[in-house]
Amino acid sequence: MITQGEVDHVRNGFDPSVMLTDWDTGKVGRLASGQRLREYTITAIDKEIEIAPGIRFPAWTYNGRVPGPSLRATEGDRIRIRFVNAGSHAHTLHFHGIHSAQMDGVPGAGEAAPGEAFTYEFDAEPFGCHLYHCHSLPLKRHIHKGLYGAFIVDPNPQRHPEHEPAARSRLLGSEENARWQEFVMVMNGFDTNFDEENEIYAVNTVAHAYVNRPIRLERSRPARIYLINVTEFDPVNSLHLHANFFDYYDHGTTLTPTLRTVDAVMQCQAQRGILEFSFADHEPGRYMFHAHQSEFVELGWMSLFEVV
Amino acid sequence: MLGAALLWFQMMQPLEWLGVSPPPLEELTVERTIIDDDGLALKVRAGGSEPMRIAQVQVDGAYWRFLQEPAGELARGQAAWLRIAYPWVEDELHEVTFVTGTGVTFGHTIEVAEATPQPSIAQLSGYGVIGLFVGVLPVALGMCLLPALQHAGTRGFQFTLSLTLGLLAFLLVDTLEAGLALGAEAASLFQGPALVWLAALAGFLALMAVGRRHHRPPEGRALAWYIALGIGLHNLGEGLAIGGAFATGAGALGTFLVIGFTLHNLTEGVAIAAPLTRQSVPAWAWGGLVVLAGLPAVLGMWLGAYAFAPHWSALFLGLGVGAILQVCVEVTDYLRRTAVMEGMSPVSGTSASGVVAGIAIMYTTAFLVQV
Repeated sequence: MITQGEVDHVRNGFDPSVMLTDWDTGKVGRLASGQRLREYTITAIDKEIEIAPGIRFPAWTYNGRVPGPSLRATEGDRIRIRFVNAGSHAHTLHFHGIHSAQMDGVPGAGEAAPGEAFTYEFDAEPFGCHLYHCHSLPLKRHIHKGLYGAFIVDPNPQRHPEHEPAARSRLLGSEENARWQEFVMVMNGFDTNFDEENEIYAVNTVAHAYVNRPIRLERSRPARIYLINVTEFDPVNSLHLHANFFDYYDHGTTLTPTLRTVDAVMQCQAQRGILEFSFADHEPGRYMFHAHQSEFVELGWMSLFEVV
Repeated sequence: MLGAALLWFQMMQPLEWLGVSPPPLEELTVERTIIDDDGLALKVRAGGSEPMRIAQVQVDGAYWRFLQEPAGELARGQAAWLRIAYPWVEDELHEVTFVTGTGVTFGHTIEVAEATPQPSIAQLSGYGVIGLFVGVLPVALGMCLLPALQHAGTRGFQFTLSLTLGLLAFLLVDTLEAGLALGAEAASLFQGPALVWLAALAGFLALMAVGRRHHRPPEGRALAWYIALGIGLHNLGEGLAIGGAFATGAGALGTFLVIGFTLHNLTEGVAIAAPLTRQSVPAWAWGGLVVLAGLPAVLGMWLGAYAFAPHWSALFLGLGVGAILQVCVEVTDYLRRTAVMEGMSPVSGTSASGVVAGIAIMYTTAFLVQV
């Protein structure tokens, strides 16, 4: 069945329905070399959040939200992130991407003690659907308390002449990309009683959020999901789309699908990928998608598309 | 003075000086479970340090919508009914988990799902008949041995009293164990185990005082009444356990088990008859003793099946322990006095073997009723 009641998104300070599409492209500038620079500020904050109606979780957050801001850049951009630790424990930003050892965001390299700050700088490489998370120890607790977020690197079409249309469709701000309905979905879980088993599962934190408010999907436009798994304690998580099939790009690092015409995909923790599909030939209505660990479904990871 | 002190404590909050601010302690106990066509209904009692809220309810690891009456936060000691329209599966196990507002979870296992008995003439009669077989019949049959006991000599009398003592010793242990087990299930607020011990102590002292109000220990017919009361309270507890087991489907109580209890409890009648061997017993007294000792089993069956609450059971069983302890003391005293009067030693081969035989009979017949 389903959780009872409604979560107070205003009090939480973030709304899962808005989170689907609120990309953070940073403050854009240029380096002397002509390379594009994107500057971000991320602050670690301890914050109690409501993860299911009535259930409060003492989270550790980036910018007061779980998942943290969905950072989006284009491959080759210079990324500069000022990380401020306003939390009660040491934290880092560890990016899944290509960078130097000193920018790795692990204990001993880029860890900020409470009240301190660190600036990470690296180039956005490779293109794909990536993530960042805290790598302070104990790692398990720092991740499951809420310190993670999406890091999407769009391909630069000029670098991929053989797949230029595909690359262009992924490039935020391009005319081709505007056709697409894009969503970021971070599969996560919460162990509210700290027994190393999750009481709540969700995409973007709030249990059953997209059942209470289904995600609007226009039939005439294709859909793309940036799917990231950060679920702690369980070896895998998954997504199954009802009544339809999708193409899948593992890690999003290719411009041709790594899996074609599937309706379920499995990810271990930190695995991620891009799903592309269309409801063009379907009749309007509500279409489910959810983890196909049926246990997770009724513990919160269950969602609906309202196809119009 | 006390009021002023409490007011000062409230205003100054000296606990804050300790520099700790622990999260509120939460406690939740399920006191009753009703399983029917509408799903599950559970009576829960909160025992937190502050009012607590049941935010969500899982059944078998899935969230289910539920109706809480009364709704809202539960104050310390407050009870509420939760109704969940869950399609339970007959004869299978279900796990209910309550998730509070702070994310703490409390589990409750329904071992074997069976529809909870609905009070009906047929059902009440059914439980009543089982109660009669478990309580009244064996006591009556045991007391039928009275004429035979009356023809026994001094040694036979001593042996019967000792046998009674052994039997009572077994019942004392049995009742105490059952009381403590049920007490542990009660909401922590009620301090179940302490309730059992204190009820036992209070019951024992009260009955001793009443029994010796004429400045001499009860004997003969009076002693028989006290023994019947102690056994009656024990049988009430037995009835509660059997009725409760039926209601929750935990005990597949077959014909075998009912007959087992009948045999197990036969000696109870002998115990009541033991102090009566030297006097005539009018029919009304005979009947009254059977009713006092046996009928509480029927009452226990009904209470156990329809209105089960562990703290009440703990209280009754505690009183039962006290009542049995009182008759243990009085039977021992009676045994000693009669032995001295007959010029025998109170501790003889006869009395020792009687006690051992009493315990042994109860222990071995208990094989029939242990599942």
